[in-house]
Amino acid sequence: MGAGVQPSGRAAIPRARELAALVRAGRLRAVDVCEHALRLAEDLGERLGAFNFIEGDGALREAARVDRAILEGTDPGPLAGVPFAVKDNICTAHTPTTCSSRILKDYAPPYDATAVARLRAAGAIVLGKTNMDEFAMGSSSENSAFRACMNPWDTARVPGGSSGGSAGAVAAGIVPFALGSDTGGSVRQPAAFCGVIGIKPTYGRVSRYGLIAFASSLDQIGVLAGDVGDAALVLSSIGGHDPRDSTSAPMGAEDYTSGLGGGLEGVRFGVPREYFLPAMDSEVERLVREVVGTIEAAGGEVAPISLPHTQYAIPAYYVVATAEASSNLSRFDGVRYGARAPAAGTLQEMYRLTRQEGFGAEVLRRIMLGTYALSAGYYDAFYLKAQKVRTLLGQDFSRAFETVDVILTPTSPTPAFRLGEKIEDPILMYLSDVFTVTANLAGLPAISLPCGLTGAGLPVGAQLIGKPFAEAALLSTAAAVEGLLQLGGMRPPLCAGPWPGCA
Amino acid sequence: MADPAITLAEVRRIASLASLELGDAEAERFTRQLGTILEYFRQIQRLDTAGVEPTSHVQGMGGVLREDGPSPSLSLEEAVGGAPARESGFFRVPKVI
Repeated sequence: MGAGVQPSGRAAIPRARELAALVRAGRLRAVDVCEHALRLAEDLGERLGAFNFIEGDGALREAARVDRAILEGTDPGPLAGVPFAVKDNICTAHTPTTCSSRILKDYAPPYDATAVARLRAAGAIVLGKTNMDEFAMGSSSENSAFRACMNPWDTARVPGGSSGGSAGAVAAGIVPFALGSDTGGSVRQPAAFCGVIGIKPTYGRVSRYGLIAFASSLDQIGVLAGDVGDAALVLSSIGGHDPRDSTSAPMGAEDYTSGLGGGLEGVRFGVPREYFLPAMDSEVERLVREVVGTIEAAGGEVAPISLPHTQYAIPAYYVVATAEASSNLSRFDGVRYGARAPAAGTLQEMYRLTRQEGFGAEVLRRIMLGTYALSAGYYDAFYLKAQKVRTLLGQDFSRAFETVDVILTPTSPTPAFRLGEKIEDPILMYLSDVFTVTANLAGLPAISLPCGLTGAGLPVGAQLIGKPFAEAALLSTAAAVEGLLQLGGMRPPLCAGPWPGCA
Repeated sequence: MADPAITLAEVRRIASLASLELGDAEAERFTRQLGTILEYFRQIQRLDTAGVEPTSHVQGMGGVLREDGPSPSLSLEEAVGGAPARESGFFRVPKVI
């Protein structure tokens, strides 16, 4: 542990499974839990810029329904009365879903995303919608059109991005868990910056119905939570095939909680040499290398491996992501939803003015890059080439997984950086995703878990990457590593006091 | 730099393809920024990918089909309810020609 913050021996973040157990047993009212979380969201959440929208009465009505179900003796579900936050690019019926963009400022979808609907069916309560980089494009949440988003460990620093509001809300103990989306690291990198768990499942594991599309071959809904056990519980509720998403894999829901509690004996870890760069932060490198020592001491096997095409991952990723974004964002034209520029005389002029006024600088930049990469004369040299590089990156992983079970890397080359530090330099910002984009390009499940604090008191994340659809093994391994590291008492300076039933 | 990665005229053409209305200052800034970023993207062109198949789906899933049968959907009012301008259940837009 660093010198700045001492563990208090008490978790800052309430556990979803503990709250649900108390609510289900009738020992805690869901309405009281919800009121507590709403107070925290309105106070701490405001100070962090974490929320775009707080549900208020709607959340209390949902909570009252859970309490009624318990009185009537019906099963309210495994997440009964647990409040959670939803990234603002995931649809929630009849409540604002803005993507932190001016173009969707007043948009309220008529339906729930499948992940949200499944959590509601499990008894969980939507507390609010979280701030993010506009359309999930960014690594700091500074590209929000609405407000600054801060890190509870140091409010002069970014929470990471693009799911920065979700990560900050969990880290500050406002909610036990939150949904995010991860196209190139947008769940894992903010999880690392804020000292919480962030998992991006295998491409196809979680339905994307109701996730506003950014890059369709990369996007996946993920979970931010206080510990691996809660992440496993939530993923068990949202995973599994959905006929409404044609990219959803044809396999049923799985229970990821029953396999937790095992050790590391015989688990083979690969540590890729390409994920330790000369330019990276020395404290990040030291803390991740210490994890290696901890794993070996507990009976895990650690071997150096090589993923030789890693250096091409960032340019390949940004070609694919911007190309797909330029196509997906063509739907925002002022006709069917969202804002419309009022002054336009003709339809074509209305499209152009609406899009120009509605999108922020980074979104415009990516639409331009993607349109260029797909345009006649450049398609082969950029988009098609990047999709071939992607095949090579996938083959790197397939070969590595012939000899190892899981791959251990840093989640990000640095801890949380300062607000404003990288916003003027797009390439510098893109490079903060250097260790996370590969799992998206290859479609693999990956989880970030806290592995300590720097001397300045900033969290550092370690990433574990698993085989396709091996979430059960990945979560079991992550829980074992989490148990060995014993960082459960890490508390940011800005965080909630004891929760009812969780002190 | 000898050959600029992208010219102002190209930036204007791309903006038009993407239905964007760039101002003069923005078009010039994008010419500089996109030039730098595209130069960076060109790294991938150094890699030999002869005989490598492009990845279009990471798990190799093909198209997914279902029976084309009737099922409940959004009501007309819900479906057009989010539009900035509508009339009698239709989307209303400025004149097309």
